[in-house]
Amino acid sequence: MKLIIAAIKPFKLEEVREALTTIGVRGMMVTEIKGFGSQSGHTEIYRGAEYAVNFVPKVKLEIVVSDGMADQVVETIQKTAKTDKIGDGKIFVLDVESAVRVRTGETNDDAV
Amino acid sequence: MNTKLLLPLAAVATAALAPSMGFAQEASTAPAAETSYIFTTLLFLIGGFLVFWMAAGFAMLEAGLVRSKNVTMQLTKNIALFSIAAIMYWLVGFGIMYPGEWLIEGWLGPFFAVTSLEPMGIGAADATLDYASVGSDFFFQLMFCATTASIVSGTLAERMKLWPFLVFVVVLTGFIYPIEASWQWGGGWLSEAGFHDFAGSTLVHAAGGAAALAGAIILGPRIGKYKDGKVVPMPGSNLALATLGTFILWLGWFGFNGGSQLAMGTVGDVTDVSRIFANTNMAAAAGAVAALILTQILYGKVDLTMVLNGALAGLVSITAEPLAPSLFLSLIIGAIGGLIVVVTVPLLDKLKIDDVVGAIPVHFFAGIWGTLAVVLTGGYTGEATLVVQILGIVSIIAFVFVTSLIVWVILKAVMGLRVSAEAEVNGLDVSELGMEAYPDFTKG
Repeated sequence: MKLIIAAIKPFKLEEVREALTTIGVRGMMVTEIKGFGSQSGHTEIYRGAEYAVNFVPKVKLEIVVSDGMADQVVETIQKTAKTDKIGDGKIFVLDVESAVRVRTGETNDDAV
Repeated sequence: MNTKLLLPLAAVATAALAPSMGFAQEASTAPAAETSYIFTTLLFLIGGFLVFWMAAGFAMLEAGLVRSKNVTMQLTKNIALFSIAAIMYWLVGFGIMYPGEWLIEGWLGPFFAVTSLEPMGIGAADATLDYASVGSDFFFQLMFCATTASIVSGTLAERMKLWPFLVFVVVLTGFIYPIEASWQWGGGWLSEAGFHDFAGSTLVHAAGGAAALAGAIILGPRIGKYKDGKVVPMPGSNLALATLGTFILWLGWFGFNGGSQLAMGTVGDVTDVSRIFANTNMAAAAGAVAALILTQILYGKVDLTMVLNGALAGLVSITAEPLAPSLFLSLIIGAIGGLIVVVTVPLLDKLKIDDVVGAIPVHFFAGIWGTLAVVLTGGYTGEATLVVQILGIVSIIAFVFVTSLIVWVILKAVMGLRVSAEAEVNGLDVSELGMEAYPDFTKG
């Protein structure tokens, strides 16, 4: 199985979720994060004083799928989350050693 | 009692009463005109700052019912709209609403009749002793104008740009509200027709609601609010603030309705003001309880936000006639307002009209009900009729809705009304204002 970690723009979350459920993904974890990549932050002004905002809000998706699905998931996320502007995000794929479904005790491919 | 004591007691009593009995004629006449002027002016000043405090109520209520990422924007809109209303009312609104000379008799007052106050240190000989000071009258009425504008900001929250909204407020507070209010309180054609709206269920609340409705239709719902035939709730960020805001509005309403007696210089008037306070409070309480019970029945759980809206709807409902009803009738009127809110909130969602705080149910629908409810007592004159009440409601709502619609459409074409999709999802606070309301509560 593979763990797919994707950082994407928050306003793309709904679209990505929908696209993934359409291809058969049945679960995902979502965290709101702040980060930066090549998209640098920007400056803000508070009561006349300028300050740098280095971190930009993003959303992190973590999805575990069977090996066969991984490429399709990555492709779907990349195509749906992209806006052709910097700050679109990154996707990483990791190996997962094992998985267990808490309710039934099923393991590995039966658990994802 | 010992009869021996009775006689001396009676003598003392008579002696004590004799002066007032002897001057019985004077004791029952009204106080001096100066006293009346002073008390009525005082009523306007106190009522005025109580209605001012409603601006804080709206700000807290709305801040609590929007999501955290939009709170700074909502607060900015609230303080800005109040301040704009104050300036526009001075510049043009007060003059249109209370014309010295009508442009079109009974329909349209003069434009840019700028308000000026009486000179300092005015003497009794120069004051309008049969009423109140110009300053207090202006101050009091200005607050009502600002209230009308603040009704609009709640409905349109979370997706509207700041400046187009404020331009709309300029037009609403300078022209739309003063024109329609002049028809009744300025002595215009509606008051001649016998329309009855004591403190503004239609003039302020239904009118504000109509402007909000027009805006909501042109603006469209928030992204993701209505999906696949379902309504997606977007819960507010701070129900403590929302509740505080509601209590603040409730307090302010005593000034809103009580001050609308427009006189406090006689026994009758001040007693009327006390009736108004008591009835107003009763209606709010009844609206809250009605919503409490109905949400429990309909949803199996009480919905705090509906209870808050219910109290406000009760207040709006009694506003058209807070003097005449009995406490019991005030309870009924307020309770029905509360029921109306619980029913019309989901109704708006069915029509895909996204009203973030429920301002249209509270002010528009309950405002119409409150104005119709006047016929239950006939108003404090006893002369209100259903036909004329309907005439007033329809004409004012039609005027405000149509003029507002035109302004919204023009603003949409010229400036655009909505922020971009990305800005809306990221939140107006960071996108439009670069200032989060809760910067310490970071995401992740």
